[in-house]
Amino acid sequence: MRHRARALLGGFVLVPGVAAAAPLQDALHAYGIQAAHIGRLWNFTLGLCTLVFGAIFVVFLWALWRAPRVRVNETPPDLASLVHPERRLHRAVGWSTGIATLGLLLLLAADVFTSRALAHLPLENAVNIELIGHEWWWEARYHHADPARDFVTANELHIPVGRPVVVTLRSNDVIHTLWVPNLHGKRDMIPGRTSTLQLRADHAGTYRGQCAEFCGLEHAKMAMVVEAEPNAAYEAWAARQRQDAAAPATAQALRGRELFETSNCASCHTIEGTRANGKAAPDLTHLAGRTTLAAGILPNDGAHLAAWIGDPQSLKQGVYMPATTLKPDDLQALVTYLGTLK
Amino acid sequence: MSMAKSPAPPRLAPRDAAQLHQTWSDPPGIIGWFSAINHKTISLRFMVTTFVFFVLGGLLALAIRVQLAQPDGKTVGPDMYNQLFTMHGSTMMFLFAVPVMQAVATYLVPLMIGSRSVAFPRMNAFAYWIFTLGGIMLFVAFLVGAGPDAGWFAYVPLSLLQFSPGKRVDIWAQMITFTEMAGLMEAIVLITTILKMRAPGMTLNRMPLFVWTILATSFMVLFSMPAVMLASTALITDRLVNTQFYNPLKGGDALLWQHLFWFFGHPEVYMIFIPPLGFISTIVATFSRRPVVGYPAMVLAVIATAFLAFGLWVHHMFATNLPELGKTFFTAASLMIAIPTAIQIFCWIATLWTGRLDLRTPLLFVLAFFVILVIGGLTGLMLASVSLDTQLHDSFFVVAHLHYVLMGGAVFPLFGAFYYWFPKFTGRMLGETLGKWNFWLFFIGFNLTFFPMHVLGLQGMPRRVYTYPREMEWGSLNMVATIGAFMMAVSVLLFIVNVVRSRRRGAVAGNDPWGAGTLEWSVASPPPPANFELVPVVHARDPLWEAPKLPSHVTGLANDYREILVTSVADAELDHRLWLPASSIWPFLTALATTVLFIGSVFTPWAVVWAAVPVAIGATFWFWPKKDIVEQRTGSERNPLEVES
Amino acid sequence: MNAPRNDKDDKTVLDVCHLPTFAFGHRSPMWWGTMGLVAIESTVFALAIMSYFYLRSHADTWPMSRFPPDLIWGTVNTAIIVLSMIPNHFAKRAAEKLDLKGVRIWMMACMLASIAFLAVRVLEFGSLNVHWDSNAYGSAVWMLMGLHTTHLITDAYDSLVLTVLMFTGPLEGKRFVDVSENAGYWYFVVLSWIPIYAVIYWGARI
Repeated sequence: MRHRARALLGGFVLVPGVAAAAPLQDALHAYGIQAAHIGRLWNFTLGLCTLVFGAIFVVFLWALWRAPRVRVNETPPDLASLVHPERRLHRAVGWSTGIATLGLLLLLAADVFTSRALAHLPLENAVNIELIGHEWWWEARYHHADPARDFVTANELHIPVGRPVVVTLRSNDVIHTLWVPNLHGKRDMIPGRTSTLQLRADHAGTYRGQCAEFCGLEHAKMAMVVEAEPNAAYEAWAARQRQDAAAPATAQALRGRELFETSNCASCHTIEGTRANGKAAPDLTHLAGRTTLAAGILPNDGAHLAAWIGDPQSLKQGVYMPATTLKPDDLQALVTYLGTLK
Repeated sequence: MSMAKSPAPPRLAPRDAAQLHQTWSDPPGIIGWFSAINHKTISLRFMVTTFVFFVLGGLLALAIRVQLAQPDGKTVGPDMYNQLFTMHGSTMMFLFAVPVMQAVATYLVPLMIGSRSVAFPRMNAFAYWIFTLGGIMLFVAFLVGAGPDAGWFAYVPLSLLQFSPGKRVDIWAQMITFTEMAGLMEAIVLITTILKMRAPGMTLNRMPLFVWTILATSFMVLFSMPAVMLASTALITDRLVNTQFYNPLKGGDALLWQHLFWFFGHPEVYMIFIPPLGFISTIVATFSRRPVVGYPAMVLAVIATAFLAFGLWVHHMFATNLPELGKTFFTAASLMIAIPTAIQIFCWIATLWTGRLDLRTPLLFVLAFFVILVIGGLTGLMLASVSLDTQLHDSFFVVAHLHYVLMGGAVFPLFGAFYYWFPKFTGRMLGETLGKWNFWLFFIGFNLTFFPMHVLGLQGMPRRVYTYPREMEWGSLNMVATIGAFMMAVSVLLFIVNVVRSRRRGAVAGNDPWGAGTLEWSVASPPPPANFELVPVVHARDPLWEAPKLPSHVTGLANDYREILVTSVADAELDHRLWLPASSIWPFLTALATTVLFIGSVFTPWAVVWAAVPVAIGATFWFWPKKDIVEQRTGSERNPLEVES
Repeated sequence: MNAPRNDKDDKTVLDVCHLPTFAFGHRSPMWWGTMGLVAIESTVFALAIMSYFYLRSHADTWPMSRFPPDLIWGTVNTAIIVLSMIPNHFAKRAAEKLDLKGVRIWMMACMLASIAFLAVRVLEFGSLNVHWDSNAYGSAVWMLMGLHTTHLITDAYDSLVLTVLMFTGPLEGKRFVDVSENAGYWYFVVLSWIPIYAVIYWGARI
């Protein structure tokens, strides 16, 4: 409750690094340098605009308060202004306009400085991620100078704290927009075009992002998780991602893999190291290492996974994944197998 | 009403006045109803129709708010929700915001400039019909489950056939054709009326500020609406006959749509905003009992705004990969346009400062502008910055901003205008007590609804989402917004009640209940069919406030056919007389034929060919002169070659 | 007329019964209506041309089908269209002199010209180098041609209606203004063709 109140009252002003109870997805708490630049611009702009509003509001109310009250049809109009020019009033309007123009120039300057700061993020030792938008999930391809070290994942990004990340943005179908507000502003992902976003997380944490361009039926359920962790932890994660899927260690998991390869699953999904090589849907090689399912909208646990596989439409209507009908044992085996893919 | 002693103005003899009345009246009966072309008749229908669309758009908004009031809302599913917000935006922007301004203008402008009619009265009627039929098409589609669902802005590739199958988007695109055609025609009507039909002596320098705003807006319409017509036509052809304008795989570009759409879309919001600036000038002057400060500055500010509005459109595209330097240019332009608006605001405040005020309902609604529009304008400055915009764009912050500027800048002044001119339209005053309730409920409800959305946007809530998870903790602010929305709904209901009651039982208004200065208040309420028994001669900006001068009126116009006076553009000097056509069913029938053409072409391109035939027939009959009427007039024709004008 | 007083020296009223009942050129509201239409259509054409070049700026090769369109029919039609300005000019002049016989003759000449350019326009479409659905270049070319052709057809039709009216009546002075304004619009349809011709036929060659 206190948190909510703070959000309402003081939440306009950027508060650096204050922890929040809800998942982190807001522009008011900057955990990366780019969002911090924008946050400073926000504070400045908010301050200036509040001052301007206050000034206009006060003068406006004062004008209303001091004017004599009359009834229109009992009061002849005052036409003195047609004969005598109202120089004082004109000067007042002129000065006010001048001050307003100055304010606008200040805003322009602040914007230009911020743009420059955003464009000057040092890019040495950057992590390169190619993010491709789909209806309604995110495909992430990590690129390395050595292509053998590239890997593919989906819907959950890990990035190292303190190192720049260059995100190349594309789309496979319609326009999507990447937005992880605690780290940076948005960038559109436009079919036929390539754009880039350069950001850096400066605090470890879990940040939520969401697609911010209306992209069809389930636009509301296209979220992502960005996990910022110390470089060593990130490199360990990347190393795991490069490996093929863990081989099944139990009979049930083996049965699960067999089901995956022989059912519809393999026609859309890839699990590296198995016969499943589909390209139309998220890569599942390390599914169990992710905290969410279905593009950030469900917790990644056995129950939700089973429900998702059984009937995705009931959780995310209109998604392109069809329902998969399996006997309860088989479903359990599949879920168990997927649960081993860390 | 002038306080100076004035001699009784000249009048027509009663028999001539009766004949004049008959000449300009609408024909009776059902056929007569469809044949009517008197500008006031058409305009009242137009105002009522746009208001109906406003209420429908509002109901759609209430449905949206019910769905969003709580997290994981189950009131509607994603498909219906996407239709709801598309219909809400499309209805408000295309079927309400600009058309209502044109509707009010086609009523008031002839009266304010001392004319008996608008130019091209039949085209004026046709524009109303085509607009209404287009709106009906859209809502029928929605009611049968084919409502467009790609947003009011219909970005490609989402709105292409591959991602939006069926006919929903085609119907949306064709609705554009209907409404833009109507808008363009009305613009031609208004420009011609304002430039060529002003009463003698009404130089441009003496034209009411409201008329200036309509002139500027109408020019903007001419140059901006073609962009959305072209864009939507290319969208229809991409969907219907496989052109490739927007398909990047075949050389097309998704941003071509955005450029064309926003080249229209940005001026569009100024077209919505500028006529209310005219309302404000009029109402502030009347209720401050003085002319607005700085008339030349006010006129130049409106013209500057109209021009600058064309240079802002890329600020809707700041999140795309357009070159950064180019984007900064649009930041500068978007900031700069605040200057003429600031000048106007300061001049109005100066007027209020030195005025003597009557704080009645029309003025209250106008005063709300100074709070709400100013907030909206300031958040607009925030959005003008590319960097800031990347956090705020496509979030609820923008929803807040756009409603603050559109409602503060247009809807509030529009309600003020209705309270102000309702007596002129109907002869009765709207109830003042109910008016104050209407106002305060609307003001408080509005702020409750939209202020929290600024915070929601900053808290990361994107737009156009049919629901949101509980854990995001956006629920309480959304609930507040929904409560506010229902308050606004009650307020609008009160307005409707006020209108219905006052039509019958409101205080009788008389010619000039507000002691105003402009010409519409010199005639009866409601005005007679011909507006003025004798066209006035104008000698001042506020003719009713200043001492009358001679000559005071025009004589010599016919009473037995619809004759008007045409004057020169800059100085309204006498030029010639013109016979306007009488009532005709053909604008309505041609509009029906055009509707068949437009709706047919949603389904097949061949409709353009075969449906063009009845349209051509209708247009031909519309134009074809009637022998008896022509013979009646040619006896008194005077040609310009005889007369040394 | 219908004034309460009939005193020419009466300074209290402005008597307008001596004014003509129609006028030509920018004095006429019809001129302003026509100019409004010209403004709208010019904007459409300008935006369509800009779209052509916008798409071109994003393309590797242009035209995408590799061969620019054949010049022959387009150039022939351009000549016909431009030459049609001659009877058009004379029709306008006749109208402004209230010369009914002149108007009839020259409007007939305009109709012959319109039959010619509509027929050749069909040949132009037939000889275009690309289909509208092949690629964005084709779409842009067909859109430009289609927009202009729509204007040719509507202009030809309303000129036809006017021509017939000038023969059958009923006539009044205002109809001469209509002929003059129609001629003005015809000028627009002709002159707007020139940049479109340049873009379609030559824009793919430079």
